[in-house]
Parts: sequence; C-alpha cells; structure tokens
Amino acid sequence: MSYTIEGRTGPWELVIGLEIHAQVISQAKLFSGAATAFGAEPNSQVSFIDAGFPGMLPVINQECVAQAVRTGLGLNAQVNLWSRFDRKNYFYADLPQGYQISQFAHPIIGEGAVEITLGDGTTKTIGITRLHLEQDAGKSLHDQHATKSFIDLNRSGVALMEIVSEPDMRSPEEAGAYLTKIRQILRYLGTCDGNMDEGSMRADVNVSVRKAGEGFRTRCEVKNVNSIRFVMQAVEAEARRQIEVWESGEEVFQETRLFDTARGVTRSMRSKEDAHDYRYFPEPDLPPLVLDSDWVAALKAALPELPDARRARYTAMGLTAYDAHVLTLEKETAVFFETVAKGRDAKLAANWVTGDFFAALNRLKRDVSDPPVTAENLGALLDLISDKTLSGSLAKQVFEAMLETGKAPGEIVEERGLKQVTDTGAIEAVVAQVMAANADKVAEYRSGKEKLFGFFVGQTMKAMQGKGNPALVNEVVKTALAG
Amino acid sequence: MGKPRQIKDFLKKMSLDTATIRRIASLARIRLDESEVQQAQAEINGILGWIEQLQEVETEGVEPMAGGSPVAQARARLRPDVVTDGGQADAILANAPDRQGEYFGVPKVVE
Repeated sequence: MSYTIEGRTGPWELVIGLEIHAQVISQAKLFSGAATAFGAEPNSQVSFIDAGFPGMLPVINQECVAQAVRTGLGLNAQVNLWSRFDRKNYFYADLPQGYQISQFAHPIIGEGAVEITLGDGTTKTIGITRLHLEQDAGKSLHDQHATKSFIDLNRSGVALMEIVSEPDMRSPEEAGAYLTKIRQILRYLGTCDGNMDEGSMRADVNVSVRKAGEGFRTRCEVKNVNSIRFVMQAVEAEARRQIEVWESGEEVFQETRLFDTARGVTRSMRSKEDAHDYRYFPEPDLPPLVLDSDWVAALKAALPELPDARRARYTAMGLTAYDAHVLTLEKETAVFFETVAKGRDAKLAANWVTGDFFAALNRLKRDVSDPPVTAENLGALLDLISDKTLSGSLAKQVFEAMLETGKAPGEIVEERGLKQVTDTGAIEAVVAQVMAANADKVAEYRSGKEKLFGFFVGQTMKAMQGKGNPALVNEVVKTALAG
Repeated sequence: MGKPRQIKDFLKKMSLDTATIRRIASLARIRLDESEVQQAQAEINGILGWIEQLQEVETEGVEPMAGGSPVAQARARLRPDVVTDGGQADAILANAPDRQGEYFGVPKVVE
C-alpha cells in the first residue's frame, strides 16, 4: 500500500528528495588551520581566510577529504579520483568572502545507494545522487539587539558534506527513515556527529505532489529543517499546501520555503529570485583535487563495520530481526551489547539489553553512553543466571539493586543473601511446612482440585523469600502433593 | 567540428544588452550610472569577443588543464588536520564597521 494524501479531487502521491548538510568531524577547518570545536567564544576560531580577508589562499585539509571519501564508501558510492572546487557567489551577512567554495560540476563522490527499513519491516533502496565538500557559513544571532544581527564566524569555513538524494522517497516515514539511516551511517563512520540540535546536521527537503501515473510536478524546497521529526512534519505540511494550490486551480511555482515549527506550516522565504543566480565558476585559488587510488583503497580497508553488516551479523547470532535492528541503531548501543554478549548467550544478552536495561535508561532518563549499569556488570549478572545462582526473578531484583548502588552483581548477591536455593533437601523441608500449615488445601488438591498447585508453589516461594529455584520448587511440590 | 562550433554560435548570441549588464552589476552589488553601463557593456562584449577568438583553437579530445604543462598538471596540495590558527578575535574584528562586543554587528537580517 503506497502512501497518499486524500484531496478533494482524490488521492495524491508525494515525491521527496533530501539534501543533507553534515558537518565533517575534523580538528581544523576545510581551508584554514582554525579550530572547529562547538561552543567556543565568538570569533575566537577564525583565521583571516575564514573572515574573507584579501590576499589569503585556501589550502585543503587532508582529513576532511578522507572523511568525505569514507562517507562515500559507506554510502556505496562512486569515489571520483578527480574533482574540483567551484565558487558559488552570493551575498549574505554570514558569508564574508561573498562566495562559498563548493563543488558544483565535479563532486568528490558520485552515485550511491542506501537501504532503509520501514515500520512494517519492508526495505527500500534510496539512491544517492552525489556528495560534495563545501564550506559552512558563519552564524547569525538575531536576539541580541533590537535592530541589529550579530555575526560569529567560528563556523565559517568548517567543512560540510552535502549529501543529495534522488527523489526516491514517497512518504514522510520514508524521509524520516532515510535521514535516520544517513545519520546512523555517518555516526558509525565517525565522519559527522549527527547532532541536529547543535546544527551539525541539517536537511533541505524537496517536495512535490502528483496524481498516480504522472511524471514529476514542480517541487519546492523547504530549507534548514533541524530534526527528523520536523522533516516528517515539513514533508506533510508542504504536500498538503501544494495539493490545496493545485486543487484550487492554481499552479505551484518553484521556490524556497521555511518550516514554521510552532505553527506546523511552511512559508515562502522573502528572498528575491536572483538569490538563486549563483554564477558558479571554477575556483581559481585551488587546483583540482586529485586522489591516489591506493590512498582510497587504504581508507576503504580501514572502514569500521557498518550498521547493515552489523545487523546481519546479529541475526546470524540468532537474534530476532527486531532486536538486531534496535541494537544497531546507535553504535554505542551495539558496542554495549557486544560487551554484554561476549562469551555468553547472545539471545539472553539481547533480551536483557533491549528489555530491563532499555527500560532502566528510559526510566532514569540516561543514555547508553552514560549507563546506570556497566556492560561488564550486566554481563556478570547473566553469568549468575546461566550458572543457576540466580533465578529470573531474583536476577531482576539484583538488577534493580545494581541500578541503585552501581555495585557488581556478585557483591549484591553476597550482601543480601539472594543466592538461589538449589538444595533439594532444604526445599523439601519448606514444602513440608507449607503442607502441614494447609492440611485442608492438601486434602482438596488430592480430591481433584488441581489448580491449587500454584498456591503451594507460591507459598513455598514466599516462605523462601523468592530464593527457591523455580524448576526445583515445582518438582518438589508436585512430588510431595502426589504423596 | 561539433562542440567548438556550438560554443562559438552561443557566444555570438551572447553579446550582452544593457539590461543584462545592469543585472550582472546588481548581482555583484556594484552601482553603475548610465554612462558606466555603456562603458561596461563595451568592455564585457570586448572580452566575450576575445574568448570567441580563443574558441577557434582546436581542443577536441584535449583534457581540460588546470595550468602548467599537460604532463605536470597541478593538483591541490593537502595539509594535515592540525589547528594552527585562530585565537585572534581582536584582529578579526579590527576592521569591522560596527563591532558589537566580540561580534560583527550588521543590520537585522531575519527570514
């Protein structure tokens, strides 16, 4: 069932493409030696190059190029050994050079593809058109002064990767899944931190609508959307607006719009139409970027394991598709899980991580990178389950105590005497007491009221403060009642 | 003679009228008065004519060059990823027409 929006004239399909701007993780900027760290004092990480001073020459940062190549490889894309920078000319207060050095005609990365997984478990391939390197602009602050904007150039010149998709997405969900997938790949690769609320990843969303079987209609671009949820909302809001325009007999014209997150609608940007006349030309300050194929091969050989490969490995270990998906969403979660599972039953480890551990993270509002229980301690708890020291319910008690105290499970078992009783003789003694105290119920059971069995197990467990081995308790109760 | 011929025809058509000159000036944020428009038109069309002349050189099958001889084409030098610059806000802001604390002040720009 494909996604459509119902208009007055019937159903409409959506066509969506994304341009993702991802800030490259590097120490220094793309063309200057100034630092890239987030949150520094204003204008303290600015070279004369970044500030557009006359007579300065850009020199490319090798690590930024390597990061773009790694990303291209992670997107199953073509790496172009010959690429070139172009000048994109426009005036804006946060762009001191009066142009952005970008790649227009010859990007460093060509066509690729990623696979997204949707809520119903189906997968879909989304084409990547290209990835190119470019400079980020400075930052404007509008809330510092009544009539002025303040400009901080710390971000000016930081390397950005612009990742352009094919118009392959057909629903808000697909757009969200694609953005999530790209962010996941970038984080696994360590090429972008993907922090959308710090602005290190932002998306421009291209949306058009059409009737089934048509070619493409005119699209509009919703700029600078800064969360996955907002991307999904912006897609739907913009599609509904365009449907309204077409159905009222008017025409959608190509323009740049903004998503008003408070009102949930898109609105036209006031910029004049010639803002789009960028007059690109080859960047005269930079010779072409030429890569050695050996260098690219070395980068490829050193790539970390990517989410798809990791997920496949987890299902091969016997995990459900769902667990494998959830555990690989974030690299930190996968690393945590693997520490827990190392040398242990992978399925048991997956159950505990996705079950009690995730629930604890939610409840305590903690993150897997700052876990309330270490992976080593959770692993040790699994060992105590496997060697029958703890029953399932005792293990849950110990886990809660671990959350409270941060102590190792062995220590908690020792301190609180939570060790499971597997001594049949001890269990038999308790069962005998329970039966003696409930002679009437024993008689009822023996005359056929067999559902009382659970009562005896419960009473025995209660008397043992939950420490009896459940399987053994069952067995002993059954034998004793059979008399 | 496929490609060069096409470019040549294109350039012939590209003799720029005054409206285009005004638009280019406006995009470049350069103010031209009427006599300057005439002058710029003559100069730019002169340059286009010169490029048209260059188009007569047969370059079919020759790779575009970035400079230097065909065997020693320039390629971008790459520098290591090391922080070597910054920490000079005063110098960066020294020529600001409207310094506001540690920021550049500009007329309010809000979309």
